[in-house]
Parts: sequence; C-alpha cells; structure tokens
Amino acid sequence: MRSSLLPTVAHRLAIFAYIIFALFPLFWLLKVSVTPNDLLYSEGVRLWPSQTTFEHYADVLRHSAFPTFFKNSVIVSGSTAIVVTICASLSGYALSRFSFRTKYWIIALMLLTQMFPLVMLVAPIFKILSPLGLTNSLTGLVIVYSAFNVPFATFLMQSFFDGIPKDLEEAAMIDGATRFVAFRQIILPLTLPGIAATLGFVFTAAWSELLFALMLINGNDAATFPVGLLTFVSKFSVDFGQMMAAGILALIPAGFFFLLIQRYLVQGLTAGAVKG
Amino acid sequence: MSVAATRGAPYHRKPWLKRMADSSEPYLYSAPALILIVVVMLVPLVLGISYAFRDIQLLNPFSGGYIGLEHFRALGQDDAFYRALKNTLWWTGASVLLQFVFGLILALLLDRPFWGRGVVQALVFLPWAVPSFLAGLNWAWLFNPVIGPLPHWFFALGLMDEPGNLLSDPRYAMWGPIIANVWWGIPFFAITLLAALQAIPRDLYEAASIDGANWFQRFSSITLPFLAPTIAITVLLRTVWISNFADLIVVMTGGGPADRTQIVASYIFTQAFKRLDFGYASAIALVLLGLLMIYSMLIILLRQSLINKD
Amino acid sequence: MASIDIKNLKKAYGTFSVLHGIDLLIKDGEFIVLVGPSGCGKSTLLRMIAGLEDVSEGEIQIDGLRVNERHPKDRDIAMVFQSYALYPHMTVAENMSYSLRLRRAAKETTARAVSAASQKLGLDPFLERRPKALSGGQRQRVAMGRAIVRQPKAFLFDEPLSNLDARLREQMRAEIKKMHADLKATSIYVTHDQIEAMTLADRIVAMHGGVVQQVGSPLELYDRPANLFVAGFIGSPGMNFLEGRAEDGGLRLRDGSLVVLGALSKDLKGQEVTVGVRPEHVVLHHEGEGMSARVDLIEPTGFGIIVHLQLNGLPIKVFTLDRSALSCGPNIGVTLPAEHLHLFDAQGIRQGA
Ligand SMILES: Nc1ncnc2c1ncn2[C@@H]1O[C@H](COP(=O)(O)OP(=O)(O)OP(=O)(O)O)[C@@H](O)[C@H]1O
Ligand SMILES: [Mg+2]
Repeated sequence: MRSSLLPTVAHRLAIFAYIIFALFPLFWLLKVSVTPNDLLYSEGVRLWPSQTTFEHYADVLRHSAFPTFFKNSVIVSGSTAIVVTICASLSGYALSRFSFRTKYWIIALMLLTQMFPLVMLVAPIFKILSPLGLTNSLTGLVIVYSAFNVPFATFLMQSFFDGIPKDLEEAAMIDGATRFVAFRQIILPLTLPGIAATLGFVFTAAWSELLFALMLINGNDAATFPVGLLTFVSKFSVDFGQMMAAGILALIPAGFFFLLIQRYLVQGLTAGAVKG
Repeated sequence: MSVAATRGAPYHRKPWLKRMADSSEPYLYSAPALILIVVVMLVPLVLGISYAFRDIQLLNPFSGGYIGLEHFRALGQDDAFYRALKNTLWWTGASVLLQFVFGLILALLLDRPFWGRGVVQALVFLPWAVPSFLAGLNWAWLFNPVIGPLPHWFFALGLMDEPGNLLSDPRYAMWGPIIANVWWGIPFFAITLLAALQAIPRDLYEAASIDGANWFQRFSSITLPFLAPTIAITVLLRTVWISNFADLIVVMTGGGPADRTQIVASYIFTQAFKRLDFGYASAIALVLLGLLMIYSMLIILLRQSLINKD
Repeated sequence: MASIDIKNLKKAYGTFSVLHGIDLLIKDGEFIVLVGPSGCGKSTLLRMIAGLEDVSEGEIQIDGLRVNERHPKDRDIAMVFQSYALYPHMTVAENMSYSLRLRRAAKETTARAVSAASQKLGLDPFLERRPKALSGGQRQRVAMGRAIVRQPKAFLFDEPLSNLDARLREQMRAEIKKMHADLKATSIYVTHDQIEAMTLADRIVAMHGGVVQQVGSPLELYDRPANLFVAGFIGSPGMNFLEGRAEDGGLRLRDGSLVVLGALSKDLKGQEVTVGVRPEHVVLHHEGEGMSARVDLIEPTGFGIIVHLQLNGLPIKVFTLDRSALSCGPNIGVTLPAEHLHLFDAQGIRQGA
C-alpha cells in the first residue's frame, strides 16, 4: 500500500497546484472588486480585505452603459452561437458523411482561414459592410463573427458526427426518411452534446472578441462588453475596484456557459476528431 | 406489364437529374458555411492582398494608387519588422511550448479517475472561458505593484530588487504576456489531449503492464505514439492562432517598453490603426500569412508521416 | 410482396471493381441466402438493392420496375443490420413505429402494427425501454420488429445473427424461419453460418470475388457443387480434395503414387483433375482393407468424430458416427466410394453428373 501512497499524494498536490494557478487570478479580480476604495492600497497584498463592499458593482451598473453593453453582448454572442452551430452542423455533416470531389479543397480553405492575420481583414470588411449599412450594427457583428467561427466549429461538429455510426441514418432512410429528415430526426438528437459544446465554444469566442467590435462599432449603443470594458478601463484607469467589478460581470455569462459544456467538449473529441 | 411500363418510364428518363441531385447534396449542406467564409473572409482577404500592392493611407486623400512591390521593398529594410519577427518567434515558441507541456501534464493528471474529477476538470478549464482581453487586463493588474500581489512576492523571493512592474522592464516584459497566454491556453491543450488519451484502448496498458513495462516505458511506447497525430494538429492550430494573436500584447504592454514586446501581429495592428497605413499593414500581414502557410505544410507533412508509419 | 430482378449488376469504387455483373431473379416470397467469403461483395449487393449504394452498371427491378434511381425510402424494402442500427434516443415502441410515423399512418394502425409485431417477438415487456437497456438478443428482436411492422415488399438481412451467442442464434434462426413461413415475404439473407444458410434458404447464392458461382437449393449446392469453390465453401468440415492425373485405376498424385478410385470418366483420362469427397462419405476400415492411411488426429465432437488422416501424404478429414473410431490404431484403411466422388477439371468446373 505504501508504494501507491506517494504517487497518489503527488497526484493530488499537482492537481491542487493547477487549481490554484487557474483560479488565483480570478480570485484576485473578485477580491479587489469587493475591497472598499480606502482599503485598496493599505491592504494591497492581503488575501482578503478586512471589510467588503458591493458598491463598485452598484456603481458600475448604475452609472455606466454596462447594462447596454451586456445586452448587446448577449444578443451578439447568442445569435452568433446559434448561426454558427446551424451552419457548422450542416457543413460538418457534409464533411463527415459525403466523399465529394472538392472536399479536400474545402478543408484546406477552412484551415487557411485559421491562418489569416485578422487585422488584415478589418479595412476590407469595413468597405464591404458599410454600403450595406452593416457597420455600427449588431447584425454586422454577428455576420462577421459567424464567418470567423464557422471553420473551427465545422471541424468540431465533424468530429462529433464521425462518432455516430452511418448505419443509423441508413436505417432511417430505409425506414422512409429522406437524408435530411434522417439527419434532423436521428443524427442531430444524438449529437446534442456536440451541439452544446459548439454553442458554448462559439459563445465564449464571440463574447471575447475585441478587434472587430472596436473597429466596426462606434458609440455606445451597439458596443459590446469588451469594447465597453476597454473604454471603461481607459477612462477610469485609477478606479481599480470598479474596473474589476466590471471584469467580474463580463466573466459571468461566458464562464457559466463554459462550465455547463466543458465535459461535452472532451467527450465529443474523444469520440471523433482525435482518431483521424 | 403496361402498368409497369408507364410507372417505370419517369425513372428511365431522369437518371442525369438524379445524378445531379445526388452530387449537389454535399454542397447544399456546406453552402451556408461556405458562403459565410467566402463573403466575409475570402473576398476581404483578396481585397486585403490587393492593398499590399497599393498605397492606402487613411489620412492621405491622394493615396490609393498601385505601387507594385514598394511595400515589400520597404519591409525588407524595416528593422522594426525584423525585431517583431524575432519577438514573434520567441512569443509563439515559448507560449506554445509551455502551454503544451503544462497542458499535457494536466491531461495526464485528469486521465486518472479520482473523487471530484468532474468539478476539478471544470475549474482548471475555466481560464479558457475568460475573454482574452480580460485575461490580459487581469494579469496586467496582477503584475501592477499598486494592486497586484505578484511584484511583492517576487521581491520577497529575491527575484526582484524592488516590487516593480515586470511589464515595464525591457528585459523581462515579454514574460508578462507569455505567462498570461500560458494561463489562458493550457485548457485548450488539456482538453484535446485528454480526449485523445481517453480514446486509447485501456487494454493496451494492461497488456504492457503484464509484459513488465514501467510507467515511463508505457508512456513512451503507447501514450506518446497514440497522441502524436493529435499533438501535431493541436500544435499546428495553436501556433497559427498564437502568432496571430495580438490581444494580450495590445492590452498588456501595447508593444512596449521600447518595442520589446512588439510581435508581427501587434506591429500590423500599430501600422493599421495607429499610423493608419493599411497598405503597409497588409503587406506585413501577407508575409506573415505566407510564413504560417509554409509552417503548416511542414506540420501536415510531418503528421502524415506519423500516421502512415503505423 | 415482390419479385426482385437483378440484371448484369456491376459495382466499382473508382477503379476498384467489386461486383462483376450479377444476374439473379428472385421470385415473390422466396428466401434467398447469400454466402461467400469475406469481402466478396455480399453486403455491397444487399446495399445496392436497398438503395444505399449507387449502381455502377446494370439494373435492379422490383416487381418489374427499374429502381436504380430510386431513393431507399421509396423502395419499400426493410433491412436488418448486423449492428441492428436501433435509434438510441427512441424507445423500443418508437423504434418500431418510426417508419409508419414517417408515412403519417393513422395512430391506431401504427399502434396495432407495433403491438402485433411485439407480441410475435415477445417484446411486450420492453416497449418503453431504450435500446441501451436491452440484451443483445432483445435488440436483435427489436431490429426484426422494426422491419416487420411496415410489411415491406422485401426483407434484407445482413448477417443479422452474427453478434449473438450460439444458443440464441439457433433460437432466432428458428424464429426467422417461422416468420418467413408466416409472412411469405421475399427475403435476402447474408450469412457466414453454414447451418443458417442450409436451414433457411429456398435457394442459396454462392458468391466469390464479385461473381455468382452457383445458385440452387441448399441440397443441390451440397450434393452437386458446380465448381471447386462451392464444393470447398459449402459443408463443415469441408470437402477433401485430391489433385492429380486421371488414370485407369484411379488418380495419379503428384508424388507418383496411385489412389484407387474405381472408374473415372473416360473423357478425362490423362488430364489434370481434382477429386473431391465429403468427410462423411469416406469409409473407414480395419488396417489392411482398402488404402492404408496414417491417423494424425482424432477430434470427438460429441455428435460424431472427425478423424484426420494422411493418405499418400495428403491430408484427409473423415466424419463418422462410429465411436469405435476413437480407439483406432496409428494406421487405418480407407475407401473413397465412387458414387460419392465429385470430379472437377483443371479449371475447377464440375465434370460428369
Ligand atoms: N466504400 C468503399 N470504397 C471502396 N471499397 C469498398 C467500399 N465498401 C466496400 N468496399 C470493398 O468492396 C468489397 C466487398 O465488400 P463487402 O462489404 O460487400 O463484402 P462482404 O462480402 O459483405 O464481406 P463480409 O462478409 O466481411 O461482410 C471489399 O473488398 C471492400 O473492401
Ligand atoms: Mg458484409
């Protein structure tokens, strides 16, 4: 028994170290956000302030456009997640189930899109979107984010579909379903974990996007959270309490979504992608 | 027989129609994704590439003409670009390597069943959900001696002469974004590698144990070969993403101090949005894209040879 | 119910040709069993009939109608997969009723069809369960149930029993036979199992390398195999083969020794031939009678005994019900009765009657 005790202890210690490393920065964010301003400097390196307060949160929510940012971000990230998941389910299914002549070109194109320096696309995209009235609009952002996220989401969905036996939709087609009905009624319900994973993945990605949100939007009305937070930071760069309260607020939806779906990510990748 | 003939006739007449319907099916499924990609990424890319050969400056109304390879000639003599290229190598190499090593260790730790694994997994993967600019701000604050604990700890450990800001020290500033990046990116490696680990048939390990292989032998003869294709593709994707990934640097150091943390991606950003010289920015971006494509080819060839070996 | 007519059917994947022109007329209500070694194209043929694979060349007709271009859903054919392919997110009842629901059949009709099928297959207690909560045998029944509720024109089975244990396989085999007697549905059944093939088939189709070798009733294939391949493939333990040159007294083997066989057909004299004899037709004697053979191995199967012999250096298997064979000495006498010999020419084609 003693021989297996040491590795077990080392294992738990290592896990513990990872948890600390992963959570400490977030903990610090939380700590500063609840520290009253007058204690901030005097208790700078203490792990927890002697007094806590929620006034920073109250200030952020009351005296800034954060509720608008929040709403915009939810709309943009949510719509992007839905649009991308629908498109990626379809294209992932095509890559998984059909062999067609241009398949490898499509895969290569999707890989190539992962290499673009996106900065290079800002001006051209602006030029394409502005005559359509899609700059300074949430719709424009959704379209742009959807395109950026579709390639990786397609690979992700493809790997989930690869994990589902072909027999099932063949059986359904013999039972009298068209391929699309078989896809919708048989294959999609079985890919729910994959869909959840893709939704969450895209949602967090869209939630974080800063560059295009900054470039395509001006003014507060259509600004998303990252933009809001950044202007907030540059404007109030001394009010750390409020900034971190805003940071915590920005973190909540994405973090919550991610916690819900992270195990499906592992499951789904186990089923498919990593084999090929 | 007459019934058969009349009912059978349409099928005789339409095979080409059916053939067309069949061969268009995969395209119908991929159409929405492809249209999005082509309209929002490929067309702008082509436009962007054309900018690289034009003089496009937002503040100069007389710009816009074709100037051939002028930008590339200027680029060849741009010392700032070479420094940025060197910094990119350093930034990408260190970030990917550290993320990979720590991600692999984490995946191995999580591959063992233990009580509370689900919760632990959720917690250690959480940094991935933190918006990247927020991660950057968060770490910038941690390095800030006014409100962050890190400078004081480094000082206490004797690593620093005084509790100063790492990000404003030209010698070590790059470590700030790298650490933030590692923190943020470990989960991605851990998730993909954990998935790959769990796909390895367990009885392989049992067979190896019975054959008397110790932990290290099992790791090097079973785990690593199985993981190799996943490692190759993950490293490829991450390298490409990270070398293009300027968020953390822009947020944390803005490329400073004294350009010590300026990477190509942030240099492009500076050229485009601080100096508003889109032509030159596009030329740099094009060079970066070319380098990344060459790199990807190499990795894909490597992966192919890894797969074909067994 | 329907007849299925397959005309010069070919299949190629790119340049790799799998089926080389299959001709087969399946009568209404017939039970056809496809046998052949792994990779010979049985599943491919079945999947082409179902519409899951495109036809490269030739024609498939169901009830006289060309169906090459028809989508599987419009062929009105049911198929039972080796993997069962049950829908994991549906209950047993939902699995069985899926095809009827797709057709928007009336609720009562659907319910009646499902309950009739589940009764026939003994699935009543499991109707509300998901496939995951069923044993292999029960899943197999659900797959059968899913096929029979819709009363299709024809049933296709691709090794439906190969994932079951021997006992269950025997039981399901009998049920399939009963079901066919009941429904009289045209069926095509792929199997590796000799006994399944022999017991179920009205006619067996033996395939090899994408070519039909012989079509006939089970006993026809067993008693009068058309060529060496069928002779060797049908029957277990398999037929014994002796290769050599036909002579007056028998067969001159490669090593020069003569196996006494009685009269071989005269037109073959001097030619290279293969003589086949089934293990149960070889007659054993005491040492000294007949040809002398060395005993290599004795395998009692319970039902009978398989004796492995060496006859002039050639391995010969003998199947006998006589238990005294268990205690035979190191040498033994054998005869190969002329009336049970199968004769094949150098091309492997059956000669004589
Ligand atoms: N999609 C495909 N692409 C290329 N070749 C294929 C494809 N599907 C099947 N084949 C080939 O066609 C041949 C026939 O396959 P098929 O599955 O019909 O064999 P089978 O007789 O059913 O074998 P088994 O008894 O093992 O099931 C095989 O050589 C196989 O490799
Ligand atoms: Mg088969």
